[in-house]
Amino acid sequence: MMENHKTKWTKKDLLGLRDLSSDEIELILDTAKSFSEVSQRDVKKVPVLRGKTVVNLFLEPSTRTRVSFELAEKRLSADTISMAGGSSSMTKGESLWDTIANIEALKVDLIVMRHGSSGAPHRISNYTKVGIVNAGDGINEHPTQGLLDIFTLREIKGKIKGLKVVFVGDILHSRVARSNIWGLTKLGAEVVICGPKTLVPWGIEELGVKVIHDVKKALDGADAVTLLRIQMERQNETLFPSIREYASTFGLNTELFKYAKPDAILMHPGPVNRGVEIESALADSAQSYILKQVTNGIAVRMAVLYLLSGVLKNEK
Amino acid sequence: MSPSEKQVLDEGGIERVLARMAHEILERNQGTSNLALIGIRTRGVFLAERLQKKIFEIEQKKIPVGILDITLYRDDLSEVGPKPEIHETDISFDLKRKVVILMDDVLFTGRTIRAALDALIDLGRPKVIRLAVLVDRGHRELPIKADYVGKNVPTSLQETVIIRLKEKDGKDEAVILGGTPA
Repeated sequence: MMENHKTKWTKKDLLGLRDLSSDEIELILDTAKSFSEVSQRDVKKVPVLRGKTVVNLFLEPSTRTRVSFELAEKRLSADTISMAGGSSSMTKGESLWDTIANIEALKVDLIVMRHGSSGAPHRISNYTKVGIVNAGDGINEHPTQGLLDIFTLREIKGKIKGLKVVFVGDILHSRVARSNIWGLTKLGAEVVICGPKTLVPWGIEELGVKVIHDVKKALDGADAVTLLRIQMERQNETLFPSIREYASTFGLNTELFKYAKPDAILMHPGPVNRGVEIESALADSAQSYILKQVTNGIAVRMAVLYLLSGVLKNEK
Repeated sequence: MSPSEKQVLDEGGIERVLARMAHEILERNQGTSNLALIGIRTRGVFLAERLQKKIFEIEQKKIPVGILDITLYRDDLSEVGPKPEIHETDISFDLKRKVVILMDDVLFTGRTIRAALDALIDLGRPKVIRLAVLVDRGHRELPIKADYVGKNVPTSLQETVIIRLKEKDGKDEAVILGGTPA
């Protein structure tokens, strides 16, 4: 049976794991554990957000995160509307400010927002009473992805403290890596970053992580390895010679993965580029929890929406 | 026991009451066929497990016990904030065609039971749902009535009924707290 939390959720928004205490992170994880049961039922719905409206404002392309949020909202009985950048009035010149003000005028309770600029949801949150869930802002944070990664890791390993977690790939452009780093270090994990020098941000050690550029050395004794995709869409300069060269140096395969602990787990936030950062056979191996992460994402997002909806009432 | 507490059931009392309820349940159901117990978190679960043991002692048949967390179905959920903690519901058997005995510690306003009924229906369609409570203290706000009552305890609204069980509280007793006796 779950222990009782001393921490109560009091934040209006979920902007990043940077802002959360370890107690708050654990509260979300434990709440998510309870919600994971709902998705296993015949009737996959609970009346928690009945009568509440959630707007999914995705100003940058997204499929998996948006679908996951939409399902989480529907399974909580919320009314939902999804807006994409290309089809909204923002293409007619409306500012983000005005878009948010208009959404607020529609008496919406929560906005799930993805934006290409780092810090966009943080700025917006100061100017609206509506609760904001950051679904990815630029290269800053993707808190629900970080939470679901940590949830999956904790579910399999039973704890976070003392685990060695390695991130391999494009760290520079990865908001997923940043959210994971904030969360994992707060919960007492050892985090190792590995990637080409041009894709590891300078000074990232200040966040409490170790940087090892040699993949074999980085993987040594790892309990979990998370692979990050090369984000071609965010690169406007050549940061490594070629995809093929990247794949041969940093692409993970079954042989390389043996450098991690025998019971190490493999994670990937998706979308997976088979043959680039990961060998196909490894992606489909028993140690791969990539699809488990997708399943857990719904429970984690349900937990976040549930906790945030409790704060709305106090704000009004 | 503090001075303002009045004990209405002691350890032996709870044992005897549960033994009688086990017999009543079996008599009405004519045995254990299709019978299942579902305890409402937290103390209802311990009581359901005890009833399961009593029923086994009588019939030598182990009937399934499920755990129900009703938090997500509370009718005041949109009014309370910060949100209450939710715990897991764990019912590992099919509810279809089951005679479900819903077990809780105290029956008061009836709102918990209303939430539990909604939660159960979302999980499946039992043949029958019957309600068993250790203590019925009155003051219903909804048209809900228990089928099996351990003890009827008249109370005033100023009073609180507390059930303590060994599994959680170290001892077995039911007490009335505070207020003036009704």
